[in-house]
Amino acid sequence: MAGSSIMETLFQRTLEDLIKGMRLQLIGESVFISKALEEIRREIKSTDLHTKSIALQKLTYLNSLHAVDMSWAAFHAVECMSSSRFAEKRIGYVAASQSFNESTPVLLLITNQLRKDLTSVNEYEASLALECLAKIGTVDLARDLTPEIFTLLSSSKVFVRKKSIGVTMRVFEKYPDAVRVCFKRLVENLESSDPQSLSATVGVFCELAAKDPRSYLPLAPEFYRILVDSRNNWVLIKVLKIFAKLAPLEPRLAKKVTEPICEHMRRTGAKSLMFECVRTVVESLSVYESAVKLAVAKIRELLLEDDPNLKYLGLHALSIVAPKHLWAVLENKEVVIKSLSDEDANIKLESLRLVMAMVSESSIVEICRVLVNYALKSDPEFCNEILGSILSTCARNFYEIVMDFEWYVSLLGEMSRTPHCQKGEEIESQLIDVGMRVRDARPELVRVARSLLIDPALLGNPFLNRILSAAAWVSGEYVEYSLNPFELAEALIQPRASLLPASIRAVYLQSIFKILIFCVNSYLSQTETLADWEPKVLDSISDLASVRAPIEGECEEAFNPRVLGQPSADNSIEDIGNVDDGDGQTSKFVSFSKNGFTRESIANLLNLVEVAIRPLSRSLEVEILERACNILGLIEVLKREMPAVFQNEKVLEKEELEVLKLIKLMNDAFSEELGPVSVSAQERVPIPDGLVLKDNLADLDEIMGDVKLPSASSFSLESPYYGHRMDPASSNVQSNEDSEASNESMSLLAEHRKRHGLYYLPSEGNGTISNDYPPANDLKSVDTNQDDTEDFVKLTAQSLVSKKKPNYAKPRPVVVKLDEGESVPVVPKKQDSRDDLLSGAVRDILLGDDAEKLSSSIKGKEKVNMDPLDSKENMHDMENSHHRKTTSRRSKQQPHRKERGRTSLEKLGKEKEEHGGKVKSKSSHRHGRQKSRQKAEGSSDVIAQTPVIPDFLL
Amino acid sequence: MIHFVLLISRQGKVRLTKWYSAYPQKERTKVIREISGEVLARGPKLCNFVEWRGLKVVYRRYASLYFCMCINQDDNELEVLEIIHHYVETLDRYFGSVCELDLIFNFHKAYYILDELLLAGELQESSKKTVARLIAGQDALVETAKEEANSISNIIAQASK
Repeated sequence: MAGSSIMETLFQRTLEDLIKGMRLQLIGESVFISKALEEIRREIKSTDLHTKSIALQKLTYLNSLHAVDMSWAAFHAVECMSSSRFAEKRIGYVAASQSFNESTPVLLLITNQLRKDLTSVNEYEASLALECLAKIGTVDLARDLTPEIFTLLSSSKVFVRKKSIGVTMRVFEKYPDAVRVCFKRLVENLESSDPQSLSATVGVFCELAAKDPRSYLPLAPEFYRILVDSRNNWVLIKVLKIFAKLAPLEPRLAKKVTEPICEHMRRTGAKSLMFECVRTVVESLSVYESAVKLAVAKIRELLLEDDPNLKYLGLHALSIVAPKHLWAVLENKEVVIKSLSDEDANIKLESLRLVMAMVSESSIVEICRVLVNYALKSDPEFCNEILGSILSTCARNFYEIVMDFEWYVSLLGEMSRTPHCQKGEEIESQLIDVGMRVRDARPELVRVARSLLIDPALLGNPFLNRILSAAAWVSGEYVEYSLNPFELAEALIQPRASLLPASIRAVYLQSIFKILIFCVNSYLSQTETLADWEPKVLDSISDLASVRAPIEGECEEAFNPRVLGQPSADNSIEDIGNVDDGDGQTSKFVSFSKNGFTRESIANLLNLVEVAIRPLSRSLEVEILERACNILGLIEVLKREMPAVFQNEKVLEKEELEVLKLIKLMNDAFSEELGPVSVSAQERVPIPDGLVLKDNLADLDEIMGDVKLPSASSFSLESPYYGHRMDPASSNVQSNEDSEASNESMSLLAEHRKRHGLYYLPSEGNGTISNDYPPANDLKSVDTNQDDTEDFVKLTAQSLVSKKKPNYAKPRPVVVKLDEGESVPVVPKKQDSRDDLLSGAVRDILLGDDAEKLSSSIKGKEKVNMDPLDSKENMHDMENSHHRKTTSRRSKQQPHRKERGRTSLEKLGKEKEEHGGKVKSKSSHRHGRQKSRQKAEGSSDVIAQTPVIPDFLL
Repeated sequence: MIHFVLLISRQGKVRLTKWYSAYPQKERTKVIREISGEVLARGPKLCNFVEWRGLKVVYRRYASLYFCMCINQDDNELEVLEIIHHYVETLDRYFGSVCELDLIFNFHKAYYILDELLLAGELQESSKKTVARLIAGQDALVETAKEEANSISNIIAQASK
């Protein structure tokens, strides 16, 4: 045994050997590592601590750089930590702080070791323990070692003291009650003459204040003193951060610190400090005009620098100012817009944010137009950033900024066609949202949807699928605004639609269904009106007609204005109409053929749809199959029930009325307005009696255990186009089917091509249509890009300069909003309970709690919490407890507090002499005062906790 | 506060990692991959800040090494650049015109120096002189221990255990 140990010791490879070996290795890194690991596993079991520690060091190295697991060596790390030799101890500590976490089991073993090292006379050992504690401190460790930290906080060795200060952050975070013990010493260190201790203390307060600023308001005088006196930039930056948090809470404080901060801003040569001053001013002191002016001037300096870092920070600072002082952005708009073509993506992004911040009702059209053009030339990533920010800016607060929805809807269409567009989801939801909210935008929306649907090139781009789904839905839902429903139907059944994923095809099918119903219904109501003129059938349908009359009127109202308003658009429709004329039908029909709903066209449409849909009735996708069958069923019924109509429209049989009723019914169902639904709608539905919602469903699991849940996508009837993922296998099958289908419908295809030849790719000759999306525009060279930016500067300059509101020909259409806050319900941010404990403890200390009592009992916290309940008998105590509640909720009892602060100002001095002998800091003055008042009130149990803001400000 | 420190070579090799926030082992590997992807891809004349997962990575290149530190959004980026520079200067003072090889072979020493500089993700020591003194003190401790361990009498004592 001893022999093997000494052999290991003598021939053990050191860390350096390992690293050298790694660099020279010929056998491949992973093999080398596993070999080394094997070695380490053997060596680490050695009884010799030296060998063990070297093995551990090698393991630490491998873990750090090569992500080798070292959790198994936790116990060995503990062993090394307990070595008496510094070198081994250090290796153990480094390994522990690198690999231990909350769930490491051996953590329980190190408490005593840490305690021993913390109290060691060797400052380096103490420092090792502190570093380790800062990294791995748990609740237990923090609790058990608080006394040692407390001692070290006033250590005479600066080296140890500053580290122990750093550790308090972790200790407080894990174990808030440590605040009661250590806080006073920590505060004392704010007055430390040693710059390192001061820096560390301020660092701790900076972190603490970031979590809960209000608790640290009473320390403002100390921070203020540092702000004015210190010349150490590291410290100043941290103090500025603290004031950035405190100033918004206390206006008097903000007023007081503004001047020193501006002074620093003017004086300092360090950019980091200057930037921190700027940020503090724009974030927290933005009500002080002169300070903001100075800050903006400094920002301008940053923007004009060549250093990309400073430029970036300048833009960043501008974007913080923007919401409150837009003028600052407008002043620098040239730089901002030029940065849009910067080579650095981060800078571009910042400037894009700023450009969007400058957008107003009057400039939006122009800016969006230019940006969309710019997006065409940008790289894909930035292009989508642009599109994304346009979309979110325009949609903000229910399209508040959009005046002209026809423009916006066509902009959405234009954005969809941007080659790099990947914003399918957003555009989809906005297309539908606008459709539902803005009635006036619907005709244009249908037009845009049509142009999207009809373009076969778009079908191949998976990013646009969602948009097409929205377009399909829109065209089905608002088909009554369409100029030519037949065209829409044909676009929806075009053969390339088989490229779409199943969920979107399902939307297509549903839209076809709606369009069919609409067309047939329109046709039937025409023929029926026609029939109305013939006295002999009048009687038989008079009852129906009387019911129908208003609906019809509405339908025609919706339909005619578009047709009459744009007679030139009728050309294509007249083609269909002319066929009808050719048949030599009665002249009466000519008037109706204007709408395109003739016997011929309807029959044609039905045939067309039937041929295209038929193969889908064998689809493997349930959703498609079901909808296809629905459509086929409808066509079947129509064909069977209306032969008379198709042969001779003059004959109106009794049975046809059945069909009429049916169609009417469906049409009514579809034309019912769909509105936006409030987010909170569900909550307002009363829960029916006898329905237990909170019942545990666990037992249901057992029953349903073997029942496999169907995939959500194929059954979600309500919104089939959400969250679908295309299943490659099924779509292959489907496309096979579809190719069969297209063979069957060659003639149909030919006809379609004849009509929309424009949209077919030239490769159609060989029968296969390429699925490739046309290649994106090449990026232009830098010069032209530069030119573009120049243009852009000019353009935006114009659009920004023209401040007057353009006179819109028509008023802004109504945007449907739900009365009661439709926006996402604001859930009050629940603070972490640990934070609450921490800030509670800090407040207790700072606001003059009975420190003795609390520090003596670890259960102090619970006790305090219980107090208000215990002391209900006493009216006075009730009031106090009320006080406490309100303060813990951070109430705004400012005037009250102020007054108290003022009146007690004089007393302060005297009490200082009485109570302040042992402690120096101001917080302890308050502590003393509080104590005396307590005595006067005679209530020892409940301590009034109204936070007292010191009156140093006045 | 600084969440972690990474040293990555231009070839994407990791030279040093130090985690101040809790990241499990798997997450660490992922983070390193993401950060090196982001940082190494950036050209020379771009700014030194990268937004990453709601945090900010401040990096700076020295010769073939990228020093990366990850901070909160509202931390001062320029200050962190200073910290990086401070660290490099300290290394330089310790090794005497430091190069990547120094850090490769003295991995642990770079680590100890960083520990003197930063604690719990905050700057602890802004004086290069002090850091040098502290490290020298610890080295001396280690040296005496090593001498002791390597002395022949010690080896004999072990062998005869």
